[in-house]
Amino acid sequence: MEDFSVLTGGKAGFGIDQATLILGRLLNQSGYRIYVYRDYPSVIRGGHTFSIIRAAQTKIAAHRDKIDVLLALDRETIDLHQTRLKDGALVIYDSETVKDLVLPGRIETLDLPIGRMVKEEKGFEVMRNTCMIGAFAKAVGVTREVLERVVKENFPKEVDLNLKIALRGFDAAPAVKKIAPPPSEPLPLISGNQAVGLGLIKGGLQDYVAYPMTPTTPLLHFLAEQADHYSLKVIHPESEIGVILMAMGFAYAGEKAAVGTSGGGFCMMAESLSLSGMSEVPVVIVLGQRPGPSTGLPTYSAQTDLHFALNAGQGEFVRLVVAPGDLEEAYFWSAQALGLAWKYQVPAIILTDKNLNECIGNFELPQDGEMEVSAPSLWDGKGPYRRYANTETGVSPLAFVPRRDAVIKVNSYEHDESGITTEEGEMAAKMQDKRLRKGRYLLEELNRFPTVNRFGDDSRTTALLCWGSNKGVCVEAAQKLGLSVVQPVVLSPFPDDAFRRALAGVTKLIAVENNATGQLAHLIKAFGIDVDEMILKYDGRPFALDELETRVKETIG
Amino acid sequence: MSRTNLGTDAPNTWCPGCGNFSILNGIKTVLNELKDETCPLEDIVIVAGIGCHAKIADYVDVNSFYAIHGRTVPVAEGIKIARPGLKVICFAGDGDAYGEGLEHLIFAAKRNIDITMVIHNNRSYSLTAFQYSPTSPSGFKGRSTPQGSIEAPINPLELMLASRATFLGRGTSQGLPLLMRLFREAILHKGFALVDVLQVCVTFNNLYEYYAKRVYELQDHDAKNPMAALMKIREWDYNSDAQIALGVFYQKQEATFEERFKPSRVDEQERDHKIKQFLNDSL
Ligand SMILES: Cc1ncc(C[n+]2csc(CCOP(=O)(O)OP(=O)(O)O)c2C)c(N)n1
Ligand code: SF4
Repeated sequence: MEDFSVLTGGKAGFGIDQATLILGRLLNQSGYRIYVYRDYPSVIRGGHTFSIIRAAQTKIAAHRDKIDVLLALDRETIDLHQTRLKDGALVIYDSETVKDLVLPGRIETLDLPIGRMVKEEKGFEVMRNTCMIGAFAKAVGVTREVLERVVKENFPKEVDLNLKIALRGFDAAPAVKKIAPPPSEPLPLISGNQAVGLGLIKGGLQDYVAYPMTPTTPLLHFLAEQADHYSLKVIHPESEIGVILMAMGFAYAGEKAAVGTSGGGFCMMAESLSLSGMSEVPVVIVLGQRPGPSTGLPTYSAQTDLHFALNAGQGEFVRLVVAPGDLEEAYFWSAQALGLAWKYQVPAIILTDKNLNECIGNFELPQDGEMEVSAPSLWDGKGPYRRYANTETGVSPLAFVPRRDAVIKVNSYEHDESGITTEEGEMAAKMQDKRLRKGRYLLEELNRFPTVNRFGDDSRTTALLCWGSNKGVCVEAAQKLGLSVVQPVVLSPFPDDAFRRALAGVTKLIAVENNATGQLAHLIKAFGIDVDEMILKYDGRPFALDELETRVKETIG
Repeated sequence: MSRTNLGTDAPNTWCPGCGNFSILNGIKTVLNELKDETCPLEDIVIVAGIGCHAKIADYVDVNSFYAIHGRTVPVAEGIKIARPGLKVICFAGDGDAYGEGLEHLIFAAKRNIDITMVIHNNRSYSLTAFQYSPTSPSGFKGRSTPQGSIEAPINPLELMLASRATFLGRGTSQGLPLLMRLFREAILHKGFALVDVLQVCVTFNNLYEYYAKRVYELQDHDAKNPMAALMKIREWDYNSDAQIALGVFYQKQEATFEERFKPSRVDEQERDHKIKQFLNDSL
């Protein structure tokens, strides 16, 4: 099997997340490249949770709808996903809980008394998953040695018991399929939230402040776990309003801080986003989108807050908005966003979505030298300090409390260069010019980065236009169908020139977005560029590769 | 640097006779005294909300963060956690701290973070030209409640005591010596300190006479005893007619929030190394 997908599912509380990670690592260590899509409802017990683990020969960032192996600990998992089974697919199930199963003849089945085996080994109910993992390993041809290693590395508790149960499953199962993994070294397997967190740390993060909200809650958990290790202060205060203002307090004192939230929490931050614009106290916001309006589908994915991210907050001010498309971009741009927010003293938004935040995939660090992070401009200590000194670039050198030789005043009101409130018209216009001028220099500096990506053969005249987590699925679909892909990563200040360059030779542009209105299509229209077609999906689920291929084919006829 | 008068060249726009002047003069005097003792001026940061009170940020020549309405507290917390050596003092209005941003106040008290709150409690919204506030008495005829407010006020000191504040005091804008003593003690107190200042707004809510007849200074009060503090705090509920006690109601020593964070720093090389290590463990 060169490129195949495994679905594992069950009730929330079955331990599907842990099973997913272990299955991913088994295949990763067998030499495959991995991408995992996770689907779960907003409940703690019950409901149906599943993951699709896709293994391929080359690096991937998209899942397929059709599956080759289904692991079922309950009947529901089979009933719900039967239509996804390919011809010749294998269903492994617990014959203790799934009785009288009738499947079409094109499906192979492997029934094992998993519940009974676990009981015989004196294991707990959740260890049925461990037994299933062992059976899976044998059935598809993962070696006993890899199974043992991965199980040992991944169970923080009851390692021996889990190992015994995994091997019991392994020994009970026949070898059904034969995986043909390529002889490649395994790459780290991490989540989108981890990529963002590591990127922020790389960018010099000192403090992370957040109020839990899917899909960035795992980022809060990850950084809280890592806090001591990287000497971070991680704080969960009373509300998102408290969150962003606390981060700005850190920044005023000279510490690089970031916050994380989703649309609802970002609504509450809007007033302070504007404060960041006016006071020039930088803040970085990880905004993980999920379907709205309002509470919407809390644990699902969407790309519906692009215009909100671009426009939130009263008044006119410069902001950086980046929408990374995969794990490497999430890492790279999280680090850069922190650096650029500080260099230009502006708010920066890292716009992600549940699909990127909670996916798991292979990750490679950028080469040394690719990762230079911008440094802030610091006051040289000469002359009287003026926090808002009106410079050519609009960037006023920073000084941080406490300093004997400087009084550092920041202000939400319009203010003069020393930070004292003013209502005088001429001064107001001058200071607004100063702040907006920073946008020009920021845009210029962005030229040194890949702000807009183009994939595929340059001679192709039809291109898919995408942003954020749709990158992976669009690039792979386009490759198959012989199309180009254009993916802007920076969305504010919009890299108009780079975008036009990336469009060179394209005569037909098809927007692919996870929203109902085509938000990126609207944005580029303001720059005089029209899309020809839109492929939109707004049911909370990201595009699967096979699904997008079909829709693109329908569209291009 | 000699900055003894601590003034700035910002023109003062408070109404003549406004109680805010006492707070301004009082804090300048206290900061000047502290400068010569334990706390140099560069270690002071003022955080202000929005309202008449907040203009104080422009009028004192020390570090300041002139924030937004109701939001002094989280800004102050971030500054304090980042630089525990600083004295962070918030100047907030009653509308500001007890209304718009009340959640922050309760949580800061609960954390016992070492910041000082000075509340310019003029018992009205003044900068927005006179509406009732969380501490206006019932029946208060502000411009949003022309028939009289149908809500009773909160007793902010009682609320703060219940929220685990470790220093609670009350003064008035007429009694400068007491006010300065309270500022000084609140700033030096290690933990969350709040001074509720009955600040007279001469333009909209002139309670000068009203307070003059009722205030008295606490005597023989055991500020360490929470029950005694509660009794004294409840003597006047900001609504009915009663004697109004001034002074320190409650003070307690307890561990503070910011001191739990370790000050260590990981340098860039070590950070890169640890990131690589994490990735190697994620196969
Ligand atoms: C979010 C927000 N809402 C409303 C206002 C308008 N506003 C400015 S000051 C103020 C109330 C002032 O009352 P208080 O805090 O008691 O201060 P005072 O003027 O009495 O000193 C209001 C409602 C604002 N600036 N921001
Ligand atoms: S309106 Fe009241 S609080 Fe505001 S400056 Fe005038 S007197 Fe002072």
